[in-house]
Amino acid sequence: MTQQVNSASSGPNRTSVERRGDRELVVTRTFNAPPSTVYRAWSQPELFQRWWVPKSVSGVSLVSCDMDVRTGGKYRLEFGAGGSDTMAFYGKYLEVVPNERIVWTNDEGEEGAITTVTFKDQGGRTLLNFHEVYPSKEALEEALQGSAAALPEQLEQLDELLSSIDQ
Amino acid sequence: MVQYLDPPLDLSFAALSDATRRGIIDQLGRGDASITSLADNFQMTLTGMKKHVQVLERAGLVVTQKVGRVRTCKLGKRGLKAEAEWIEAHRKLFEARFEALDEIISEMKQEESDDSAS
Repeated sequence: MTQQVNSASSGPNRTSVERRGDRELVVTRTFNAPPSTVYRAWSQPELFQRWWVPKSVSGVSLVSCDMDVRTGGKYRLEFGAGGSDTMAFYGKYLEVVPNERIVWTNDEGEEGAITTVTFKDQGGRTLLNFHEVYPSKEALEEALQGSAAALPEQLEQLDELLSSIDQ
Repeated sequence: MVQYLDPPLDLSFAALSDATRRGIIDQLGRGDASITSLADNFQMTLTGMKKHVQVLERAGLVVTQKVGRVRTCKLGKRGLKAEAEWIEAHRKLFEARFEALDEIISEMKQEESDDSAS
């Protein structure tokens, strides 16, 4: 089963990332602020866009960020890498409970995941749980991208190699 | 002959030198399968398929797991490696996100205490 890593309150807060079962990604982390503060940073576009897309990792920046954070509301994030090409991520909020949870869809792909983020009060600190459920094992594997996609290419290279060797 | 290769590489090279075994790897790349269904797909006897799978398993290209009477095959370390890389990519992304979020939260707390002090 899954192990929960809780760091000592004096040390840095640990980000735990795991795949659970065939269809789920779970990320947890503790923040040194009450849920109301952490929730604000997730629900106000001008704050959210300052941290959701870390340049160090993605190399792209947010061009626009529209978020109507309430049950039934929509969001749309557009990214660009400096050129005229932008990439959009969009969906709608299925459930919003201020300071407690936000649930949204990811509609840009064929089989988008449902994302749930919850904020739990732990004596003035917040345990954040980010939970993504894919509609099928295949959809998550699709996100995995790696092995299967690379294999045919490797097999082709092997074919070439073998045909060049005198057997 | 390919004597100069490392044993593991040698094993996987030998394992992949057979067209049927390459076909098995291709199929497992699209999803896990039982030995029985693989034998059906490749029109082979169960014994013949077991031998092929054993060769792939020894090379670390395939892992098998028996549940009840069914032995399921899936891609081996390559698949696991991809999974580990995927998890790692998400960890990097979220650590960077949450560090930035920490900074913003500090600012917000500072503003709140400034407000309550004034």
